[in-house]
Amino acid sequence: MSTLVFLEHHGNELQKGSLGVLARAASLGVGDVAAVIAGEGARALAAEAGTYGASKVWVCEDGEVAQPLPQPRVDVLAQVIDEGGYDTVLFANSVLAADVAAGLAARLDAGLNWDLVDVELRDGELVGKRSALQDSVYADVGWSGTPRLALFRAGSFDATPAGGGEPEITDISASYKEYSAAVKLVGQDAEESSGPSIEDADVIVAGGRGLGSPDNFTLAEELAKALGGAVGATRAVVDAGWYPYSAQIGQTGKTVSPKLYVALGISGAIQHKVGMQSSGTIVAINKDANAPIFEFSDLGVVGDLHEIVPKLTELVRQRRK
Amino acid sequence: MRIAVCVKHVPEGPTRIDPSTKRLDRSGEGALNHFDANAVEEALRLKGDSDTEVVAVSLGPQKALDSLRKALAMGADRAVLVSDDAAAGSDLVATSRLLAAALERQEADLVLFGQQAADADGAVLWAAVAERLARPVISQAMELSVDGGSVRVKRQTEFGYDTIEAPLPAVVAVSDAINEPRYPSLKGIMGAKKKPQDVLSLADLGVDAGAAGEAGSRTTVLALGDPPARADARKIEDDGNAAQAIVDFLAEKRLV
Ligand SMILES: Cc1cc2nc3c(=O)[nH]c(=O)nc-3n(C[C@H](O)[C@H](O)[C@H](O)COP(=O)(O)OP(=O)(O)OC[C@H]3O[C@@H](n4cnc5c(N)ncnc54)[C@H](O)[C@@H]3O)c2cc1C
Ligand SMILES: Nc1ncnc2c1ncn2[C@@H]1O[C@H](COP(=O)(O)O)[C@@H](O)[C@H]1O
Repeated sequence: MSTLVFLEHHGNELQKGSLGVLARAASLGVGDVAAVIAGEGARALAAEAGTYGASKVWVCEDGEVAQPLPQPRVDVLAQVIDEGGYDTVLFANSVLAADVAAGLAARLDAGLNWDLVDVELRDGELVGKRSALQDSVYADVGWSGTPRLALFRAGSFDATPAGGGEPEITDISASYKEYSAAVKLVGQDAEESSGPSIEDADVIVAGGRGLGSPDNFTLAEELAKALGGAVGATRAVVDAGWYPYSAQIGQTGKTVSPKLYVALGISGAIQHKVGMQSSGTIVAINKDANAPIFEFSDLGVVGDLHEIVPKLTELVRQRRK
Repeated sequence: MRIAVCVKHVPEGPTRIDPSTKRLDRSGEGALNHFDANAVEEALRLKGDSDTEVVAVSLGPQKALDSLRKALAMGADRAVLVSDDAAAGSDLVATSRLLAAALERQEADLVLFGQQAADADGAVLWAAVAERLARPVISQAMELSVDGGSVRVKRQTEFGYDTIEAPLPAVVAVSDAINEPRYPSLKGIMGAKKKPQDVLSLADLGVDAGAAGEAGSRTTVLALGDPPARADARKIEDDGNAAQAIVDFLAEKRLV
């Protein structure tokens, strides 16, 4: 097996998720593991990739990959796979990596298994481990033909240095498709970090679209206050402008692990789950008995949050007196 | 302008995988993937009262016509369904090939996708289809505008918000925060029946059966199993006393 891992970086930092995938690939102990870093400042990060197990690092600093957009990276990866002859290409899930992996799958007519939480070798064959249908079923998945492409769920592996040495660094340049080079990033808003932090809170009361309106976030705020906790939110309500981005929990928001997580009107999409599943105790209120959040709640309450939450807040207040 | 919207017919209610085929059991009731209603809504918003044509495109069983009709009832102008027994069990590689073949003939200026298929949760198809169509792609759009020959999108990533532009024709996948989909009116529902609905086979698309379904796929399901159960999970129905039950539970866990 010859494996290539797509390493994502932001600013001058390699993303932990992709380093975790690299470390896992190296730990399989079959064949060499290489990495590819594309974008501004890529070369400076190559040595670090070595410490996570890459024996070779392909580096691309072409102007076409200066922005965090997927299609020019498909061009680069196709080139690297062609020159390096890789039969396995691994990605840590992210907004960018998912689009790179899927574009590459179509370019190469290669199988892509997504949402994997692990891989293993069985009789010399690579087997992917994943869950499906909102984690109600587990599956072992495989590939026919090569290269095999895999996209791992956020947080699948710890980024533990593998104690590797200096990697061989190779520059790579691609010829870019007209449509790849046509997309332009014209503006970027950095994360606003206003409001109280949810990262260190022992209790989080999180609200989703089920709250019904931005004003109803007071229901979450009152309950959080009574419990001595902070307020979190789903992407759906953050992007709708109901609550600030700094409170967002999930794949593109924060990862939290409070002692108590109370979910109000949240469906429990995978992308939300990855940000809060390691919470100590999870309580969910949702009016839909089939909502996926109930699959990973310690206490699931099927009911209308507008009925339940005011009473709950009052009962908690009384108890705390 | 012409806008094509990709919509999927997904099983409703609790879903299961058929152990014999290792595929999703699609025999029960189905409905329009609710994430795709956002894409249809966005197309209709962009159309406004202009002469833009909105075409809903789906790949799926014959029953997927129900979901296409829902898109028509919302206001789409016509529907295209790719349906063929040989297409069942298509993975990303095969699905993107078939959808791209169907989209190719629509010559749309803009192809819209929803955020994810509620049954597959891939959130990947658009990038594969865009690659096959050789068009720019932008995903996770929470704001979208079309101006002259280009599309402008605002979207959230792990690091904040990006504004991205691409020339038309382009492919855009919208997030579920982009709008509130309308409910079809009675008039819309009645009118939907009369709108054009084309059903295409693989032969109609000129795609070989070997390039579709399991034969055309590059991934396989090897085995299925149950997830580890959370032993202490409890679920209750609110009968008016749920608030008290939650407090009792929290007290038992010493969390309140
Ligand atoms: C690449 C990518 C990244 C993403 N990143 C994130 C992320 O970081 N964080 C995140 O949260 N999401 C993220 N998402 C979005 C995610 O897939 C879901 O769309 C989102 O989490 C849904 O938010 P929600 O639960 O608030 O809304 P919905 O899915 O609409 O759920 C609302 C729930 O409220 C319930 N409800 C309605 N009314 C009531 C009532 N009166 N009482 C009780 N319950 C009620 C409904 O039954 C429903 O289950 C991402 C998606 C993608 C594709
Ligand atoms: N069979 C299908 N027919 C038409 N569109 C689809 C189909 N499957 C997925 N899509 C579209 O692709 C999006 C993402 O799907 P997925 O990548 O499978 O999660 C959906 O929101 C739909 O817009």
